[in-house]
Amino acid sequence: MIDIRGLTIIFNAGTSDERSAISNLSLSVPKGQWISVIGSNGSGKTTLLNAIAGSVPVASGTITLDGRNRAGEPEFRRARIVGRVRQDPTAGTAPDMTVMDNLALASRKGPRRLLPAKPAGLKRRLRDRLSELGMGLEDRCEENVARLSGGQRQALALLMAAMTEPAVMLLDEHTAALDPRNADIVMDLTRRFVREYGLTALMVTHDMRRALADGDRLVMMHEGAIVADLAGDDKKGATVQRLVRLFREVRGEEYAEDRDLLS
Amino acid sequence: MIEAVLVEGFVYGIMALGVFISFRILDFPDLTAEGAFPLGAATAAALIAAGADPFVAMLGAFIAGGLAGAATGGIYAALKVPSLLAGIVVMTGLWSVNLRVMGGKANIPLIMENPVMDAAYGLLPGAPDWSAALFFGIVAACVIALLAFFFQTEAGIAMGALGDNEAVVVSAGSDPRVLRTAGVALSGALCGLSGGLAASYQGFADVNFGSGIVAAGIASVMVGEFIFRSNRIGVQLVRVVLGSIAFRAIMFAGRKYGYVIGMSPNDLRFVTAALVIGAVAAGRLKASGEARRGLAAAVARTSR
Repeated sequence: MIDIRGLTIIFNAGTSDERSAISNLSLSVPKGQWISVIGSNGSGKTTLLNAIAGSVPVASGTITLDGRNRAGEPEFRRARIVGRVRQDPTAGTAPDMTVMDNLALASRKGPRRLLPAKPAGLKRRLRDRLSELGMGLEDRCEENVARLSGGQRQALALLMAAMTEPAVMLLDEHTAALDPRNADIVMDLTRRFVREYGLTALMVTHDMRRALADGDRLVMMHEGAIVADLAGDDKKGATVQRLVRLFREVRGEEYAEDRDLLS
Repeated sequence: MIEAVLVEGFVYGIMALGVFISFRILDFPDLTAEGAFPLGAATAAALIAAGADPFVAMLGAFIAGGLAGAATGGIYAALKVPSLLAGIVVMTGLWSVNLRVMGGKANIPLIMENPVMDAAYGLLPGAPDWSAALFFGIVAACVIALLAFFFQTEAGIAMGALGDNEAVVVSAGSDPRVLRTAGVALSGALCGLSGGLAASYQGFADVNFGSGIVAAGIASVMVGEFIFRSNRIGVQLVRVVLGSIAFRAIMFAGRKYGYVIGMSPNDLRFVTAALVIGAVAAGRLKASGEARRGLAAAVARTSR
């Protein structure tokens, strides 16, 4: 479903600040697999997701999604097969529009037609989807999204991204800005959507326990490359301690406080 | 007197709807109206002078204004210059275009032929002024109804989201550049239609018709936003035209009774400017107070 070959991404190309954020990275993800991506700040996790979504230009390499190399395709066109939820709960929704308007917009991918956006049948279906979130939002359809809490907005953003069952789902620390209770709720919903729709998902997280608990495979990034790739029994048997040790190996022993940083 | 205020409120209210679409819905500060409004007036007057059907003349004004808006939106999308600069360039160029449209003359009188006003004054026999108010009220109501329908379509909802959070439109797989250009074109088209109607009402088209028109449009929208609040697009559209009527009433009062405080009609532009600045200031206070975004806040944002 996702096949990345020799991906290189360079920031500030041609200037004195030039640095490569991702160098010669390859990653293949079969359909329906859920990958957790971990790594320290600046390791290229978010850049990798941005590259797949099409929001950063690719210096070289191919990004094959759903059978086609889309490395040069504009973001809006790629979005037709890619769903994305970002860390910032305000990023995925339009605040001054109603909950229903937001959902109606997200319920269809592609160019917009001059047809009514919210026919009664669609509205009913969307209300049903909202009630699945278990947050009572189905009774607040005509309220502006700005009035929702951060957790509610992120749950709505997740539903909007997952609803069309995209070929690729990108989750960029999507629970990191939420309080623990809401983070758990959004994570439960994530699990449900990914499994119910059989989504192929890449989830960036800082939380090692979460990375170990969820997903079928775990990828560790460092300095723009994949330094560890655990799947199956390897992943099942892994512990936070083992991940910390792995981190130390790739980064050298001078980072003695890693355990504190990562636990 | 009330009739004249209503007529002006409806005629210029259609322009204010255009300004509302660019500034408020698309979050796209734009000066194209300064050129699109006189372009509409010039196109309509030239068509009427050439013997065209009044409906065709107004359609021509609508289309001409739309092309002006499309030019601004296209320049913005292709060259990534700020929206204000794109609008200034188009507005400046349109001054020459408008003179061309009017055959090199600075104005076209519609004394001999004025079919739109013939229809407007003839609606209610014996009460021409009220008749005109009714006529332009019906025109404004039709425009509002069409826009209200449009903003409930897929394209309309996406346009609304574009000014709110572009990422949501991108995520929905739509090209934001196409949507934005279409929206700015729609805004220009409404300004053009308004210009065509204004030329009919005033009895002439003039190359300087557009001067100060954007500020008047912004003031109308802001005055409307002070009347009442709503997150429903249809209500917001009605509110723009109500704001336009209120703004024209203020201008009318200034013209008629301003002499009491030593004001001349020349001072009205200053009143318009003060109204806009006052609304921006109030919008800032409101925005910092409860984070509600109105046109005032949009203007305040772009001025940062």
